[in-house]
Amino acid sequence: MIQALWRRRGVPLAWLLLSRQPVRLLIALAGISFAGILMFMQLGFRDGLFDASVTIHRLFDADLVLMSPRSMSSISMAGFPERRLIQTMAEPAVESVSPVHWNFVLWRNPETRSTRSLLALGFEPDDALFVDSMLADQSASLRQKGRVLFDARSRPEFGPVAERFNAGQVVESEVAGQRVRVSGLVELGPSFGADGNLITSRETFRSLLPSTSRGSIELGLIRLRDGADPEAVAERLRAWLPNDVSVFTKKAFIEFEKNYWRSSTAIGFIFSLGAAMGFVVGCVIVYQILYGDVSDHLPEYATLMAMGYPLRDLLAVVVREGLMLALVGYVPAYAAGEGLYALIRGSTQLPVGMSPQRAVLVFSLILVMCMGSALVAMRKLADADPAEIF
Amino acid sequence: MADPAPIVATNVSHSYGTGSMRREVLQDINFRVDPGEVVLLTGPSGCGKTTLLTLVGALRSLQHGELQVLGVPLAQAGRGDRRRLRQRIGMIFQGHNLLRCLTAEQNVQMGADLLPGLSYAQRRGQAREWLRAVGLGDQLSKVPHDLSGGQKQRVAIARALAAHPRLLLADEPTAALDGRTGREIVELLQRLAREQGCGVLMVTHDPRILDLADRLLAMEDGRLIENRVASMPAG
Ligand SMILES: Nc1ncnc2c1ncn2[C@@H]1O[C@H](COP(=O)(O)OP(=O)(O)OP(=O)(O)O)[C@@H](O)[C@H]1O
Ligand SMILES: [Mg+2]
Repeated sequence: MIQALWRRRGVPLAWLLLSRQPVRLLIALAGISFAGILMFMQLGFRDGLFDASVTIHRLFDADLVLMSPRSMSSISMAGFPERRLIQTMAEPAVESVSPVHWNFVLWRNPETRSTRSLLALGFEPDDALFVDSMLADQSASLRQKGRVLFDARSRPEFGPVAERFNAGQVVESEVAGQRVRVSGLVELGPSFGADGNLITSRETFRSLLPSTSRGSIELGLIRLRDGADPEAVAERLRAWLPNDVSVFTKKAFIEFEKNYWRSSTAIGFIFSLGAAMGFVVGCVIVYQILYGDVSDHLPEYATLMAMGYPLRDLLAVVVREGLMLALVGYVPAYAAGEGLYALIRGSTQLPVGMSPQRAVLVFSLILVMCMGSALVAMRKLADADPAEIF
Repeated sequence: MADPAPIVATNVSHSYGTGSMRREVLQDINFRVDPGEVVLLTGPSGCGKTTLLTLVGALRSLQHGELQVLGVPLAQAGRGDRRRLRQRIGMIFQGHNLLRCLTAEQNVQMGADLLPGLSYAQRRGQAREWLRAVGLGDQLSKVPHDLSGGQKQRVAIARALAAHPRLLLADEPTAALDGRTGREIVELLQRLAREQGCGVLMVTHDPRILDLADRLLAMEDGRLIENRVASMPAG
């Protein structure tokens, strides 16, 4: 069978069988492309969601992270006593710590005056917060009360903050009913949980959210001395810290968040199911096309057998048809996938993009889809009896 | 003789069905076809002509008797042997059985592609030669849909001959054609087969072409009843 695929050059029967019925070929390609696009979309959304949910988590300059055991995810962060973070300084491997406030606040669009909830982080402007240097020369401005750094990649519903700021205008707005001024821009990006982000000092944060109890924080960032093993230190801290606080390594912290979206919500399942549906739809379409092709041409296949063509040559024709459909159907699916990802990035700011792994995965799925359908359709070839053609 | 006789049939019998459904359709068939000989087989409908042709064409397995086709004893031949034998037999069917998605040239090349040791260009060239030989040199790139019934049957003849067969089997090749075209087709077939020294066994109901045969075989109820030599045609 494999050699038959690369047999010597002859009449390109597989291609002619497909191309002499252009309408049916187009339907087949449209079906395969549609299935591919559906898979690209669903898998892209799924991965984009998981990636977006941890953009900020990835940025934190921390080896270990303290969180309340009641915190389930970035959209439901509970407070824990700030004392615990201070207590970790007793551990010799701990170099420095940063307390961080984390909550959702209502932001008033400076243009339309409508309000919308975004994620606010509060930290000590003198502390380290992000590994990225984007805060380096801006955090100083936060020492002044009522100043915030706005996420330029927030959804447009929050107003033309970045545009106005970049144009040199003074951008002021209301957060939780209090006047704030944008003193700088950062690049974070929205996630499924938060449509936008802002960063401010703990002092401003507490004035925006007076209900925040003193001495309670949502996140504690711990940086270790060089050479310390985060796993081991986390284990030691867990041993003596009271159980009103959980210790995560940064990696586990990221995983914890991703896992929330993956398991506690149906989102991962829904998108995987969507991709699976695309796959099934594609299978049905390709099978219909190939089965129809074999059935339509049964007397012709029987004629070829009567002429002395071996069955494997005929099976190879069906396999080659499947291969061609997969190859030709994948190209528009890939192109449309790239286009739609760009569209989604533009309109939702989600970090959805083509990854080589996904490109290969979708191609493999399309290939499996076409080959599987070809194999099933081939069984129809058994009905081609050359004795019946006279 | 260097060339084995295309067909030597000895006591060939065949039956369809099993048990009480068993029906004998061929009984004790004995005949031979020599190289370059054109033999026509006639007989009433249902007497077993097509069955005999499928046996000779190695499309059905032989049940009783002995049948040597191009020197291959079919009683002992397996599936693979029969398939390889079929490559050396040209078959022309009642319907033209051309591949609808291929042009006339490509259809003929499907026959030439069976030839071993020839390059693609050589096989393509041969396909064109054969189409010219059947008078369709200017219809190379037409698909069967755009050809007349007689032209389609000519393409089928070219396809059958393109594989350099030593034996041609034809089952009522003129049934779908009007009388004059039918005769032209059989004349063409006979001329080309003679040129190639290729034996021909053709089933026909058409009385107007009987004079083209070297020999006539008549069949009735599964038996050969006559075995007479026809008058040799002039051209
Ligand atoms: N596959 C089959 N299974 C069972 N019986 C068959 C089969 N093929 C043919 N027969 C029977 O065998 C007999 C001979 O059939 P065959 O096709 O050989 O006749 P024929 O001489 O070619 O007739 P016609 O001139 O009409 O083509 C018929 O009675 C037919 O009904
Ligand atoms: Mg018949």
